[in-house]
Amino acid sequence: MKFAKYLGASVAALALMASAASAQNVLRWTSQGDALTLDPHSQNEGPTNAMNGMIYESLVSRDADLALQPELAESWESSADGWTFKLRKGVKFHDGADFTAEDVVFSFARANEESSDFKEQATNVASVEVIDDHTVKLRTDGPNPILPNQMTSIYMVDKGWAEANNVVKPQDFAAKDETYAVRNANGTGPFKLVSRAPDELTVLDRNPDWWGEGQFPGNIDRIEYRPIANAATRVAALLSGEVDFVLDPPLQDLKRIEGAAGLKVTTVAQIRSIFFGLDQGVDELRTSDVKGKNPFKDVRVREAFNLAVDKEAIKRVVMEGLSFPTGIITPPGVLGNTPDNDTPYGFDVEKAKSLLADAGYPNGFSIQLDCPNNRYNNDEKICQAAVAMLAKIGVKVNLDAIPKAQHFPKIQNRTSDFYMLGWGVPTLDSHYVFQYLLEGEGSWNATGYSNPRVNEITQVIATETDLAKRTAMIDEAWDIVKAEMPYVPIHHQVIAWAMSENLEAPIGADDALRPRFAVMK
Amino acid sequence: MTEHTEDVSGKPPSLWARILDSDITYSFLRTPSAIIAAAITLLAVGAALLAPWIAPFNPFDPSQISLWDGKLPPAWAEGGQPQYLLGTDNQGRDMLSTILYGGRLSIIVGIAAVCLGMVLGVTLGVISGYFGGMVDAVIMRFADVQLTIPGILLAILINGIGRAALPLEFREEFAIYVVIVAIGLTDWPQFARVTRGATLVEVNKEYVQAARVIDLPGWLIMTRHILPNVMRPVLVLATIGLALAIIAEATLSFLGQGIPPTTPSLGTLIRVGNEFLFSGLWWITFFPAIALVVLVFAVNLLGDWMRDALNPKLR
Repeated sequence: MKFAKYLGASVAALALMASAASAQNVLRWTSQGDALTLDPHSQNEGPTNAMNGMIYESLVSRDADLALQPELAESWESSADGWTFKLRKGVKFHDGADFTAEDVVFSFARANEESSDFKEQATNVASVEVIDDHTVKLRTDGPNPILPNQMTSIYMVDKGWAEANNVVKPQDFAAKDETYAVRNANGTGPFKLVSRAPDELTVLDRNPDWWGEGQFPGNIDRIEYRPIANAATRVAALLSGEVDFVLDPPLQDLKRIEGAAGLKVTTVAQIRSIFFGLDQGVDELRTSDVKGKNPFKDVRVREAFNLAVDKEAIKRVVMEGLSFPTGIITPPGVLGNTPDNDTPYGFDVEKAKSLLADAGYPNGFSIQLDCPNNRYNNDEKICQAAVAMLAKIGVKVNLDAIPKAQHFPKIQNRTSDFYMLGWGVPTLDSHYVFQYLLEGEGSWNATGYSNPRVNEITQVIATETDLAKRTAMIDEAWDIVKAEMPYVPIHHQVIAWAMSENLEAPIGADDALRPRFAVMK
Repeated sequence: MTEHTEDVSGKPPSLWARILDSDITYSFLRTPSAIIAAAITLLAVGAALLAPWIAPFNPFDPSQISLWDGKLPPAWAEGGQPQYLLGTDNQGRDMLSTILYGGRLSIIVGIAAVCLGMVLGVTLGVISGYFGGMVDAVIMRFADVQLTIPGILLAILINGIGRAALPLEFREEFAIYVVIVAIGLTDWPQFARVTRGATLVEVNKEYVQAARVIDLPGWLIMTRHILPNVMRPVLVLATIGLALAIIAEATLSFLGQGIPPTTPSLGTLIRVGNEFLFSGLWWITFFPAIALVVLVFAVNLLGDWMRDALNPKLR
């Protein structure tokens, strides 16, 4: 019976294939928007850093509890003029090259390039001194008490690989640069890039030669990331078992997901605040019917905007209760946030109207609100709610909700009048927020806000080692910002992760998936 | 033409009398489905056109929206409020008002798109049929090529180009015109083909020959003599095309390529509501969907009847 023999053989082959497939732990996951680029120094954006953090590594990293952990550095100690890092030995990049002190020097130089989005962190290091192949000294201009905290998202790149592929400088994202490093990656991390189709599918394979092999609980062999923009489609994919993990399930669907068999939801308060920026820097707004002057230069107008937004209604109706209304653009857990400055500005339509009238706009004015539609929890819906709230004080808002890849360049090129932004703080210190968002030249400060005292404090606290004095200055800066209101703070986000019960992935307040800790049953 | 009685008094009958006495009216009054369809269509069009006066709220005016009223179920369901008969959407807009305003947008877009397609198609069709030869060949090959591409894909393409060409700040304001042009440009080959066929028949009739003999200019022959005689099938096509155009608009908007959510059409409403289906807020997508189905079904029935009534072969 030849036929039966063939049949037997093919059944055996199928069984083999099936067992091979089940031996592999494949983590299929999704979220609303893809990493913007794989160049590790091009865009300092949460999901981009999280994705790159699976492939690349930094000297120091954070675990899911945000505690500092040694990564490519095994230990570090401070001295008056900098920090000495002992590098891990025997670490190899995915292409086989050794990781040495030369690569650290190169990576800091690269992160300091004009097109880098990590300059604010990297400039804290004045120079990198090679002591031996596995010891480096990061020199600072004076003492820097929090340098290791600032190193957690500066990823290490192989010098030889970058030179061979002509990516010595980071991709200039706002200028729509396209380089080899955008779709190719060569890190030291636990996962290797197999294939990359932006906004479609990114496949990573376990790196068997990783230094941490066996030291971490994670047992994922392959990661398949497939962004799904539509929230309902993401949930459907989870419910049908098409994916194992949804990073950002729509908040209104959490009850339904929890009720479904085999699925679970975990939540944690996120280190991320959501707010609107008001451009007070230009002399005439680009999208307003007010000509010849900029209403946002008047603090009364900025206060009116703050009073007109009903943060509590956004929490209840848009966020399903999963947010903390606030009056500051950085959340609890970050040094500088206090219960006092965290209190939201009130909600008072009448006062907002009279402030606008005092400022000379009794009938309001018109303006465009730039909003991402695939970045933050319910970002577009928050903007829609704000349109209705501002209409009540006579401000006619024209909403432009677009994908984040087009939205963020508007902020970095400073071409937006009124925009939504969210900000997480990997260093857990206000200095990071001042540097990017409040210092006059901050690369994500599109408000044009520049206060000499705040600028000065930003400088001084970088090297101030007296903790009490430092904290007092941070408080002072926040008091100034709270009074001058360059931003309209809305809330701190709460993260909700939805996943299959077969998956154990520790949720982090920075919303980053850490596959080295993820276990599949 | 047929069996209706001649007026023997010698006076020309009034327009109204002529309408009442026509074949169309005769057929209409004997087709219950046509009467129902016409009634629903009239009701829908009427409600849509009168939306600013009959809708309880103006959902396009953000100052009338209160977020605290968001996600309320229909009035009869638990937690519903009487002033929001069909409930509210996630932003706190009254569903009934939003559907009326949205239906208005859908109908306006549909009619405008069909008119655009019709004007373009009929013009090219008559020219094609009248002149023949090279002109005919070029126009008809264009139409043939376009007909091989699925309409909705072409509409998405034209719409995408239109949106990309517009500066950002005008995109929302002009979205509706872009959609109209996209659907209109997708529609024209059908009209062109039908008109050309009818024109080819008319061109050889004696009255056109006569007009040519007395040396009337071509455009006059086309507009005065041929056009009125080729309009019957075009009207049928336009009615069915209206239903298709409304669907095309809803499809574009459902895909997020059409009318923006600040001034939603029915398709946009269904898309937005779709996001809330899993969380049990069924009314945000259900009522606009029902409205769309009923509207399209009624217009289609009307078109079907019109085709039968105007087709001499079926009488």
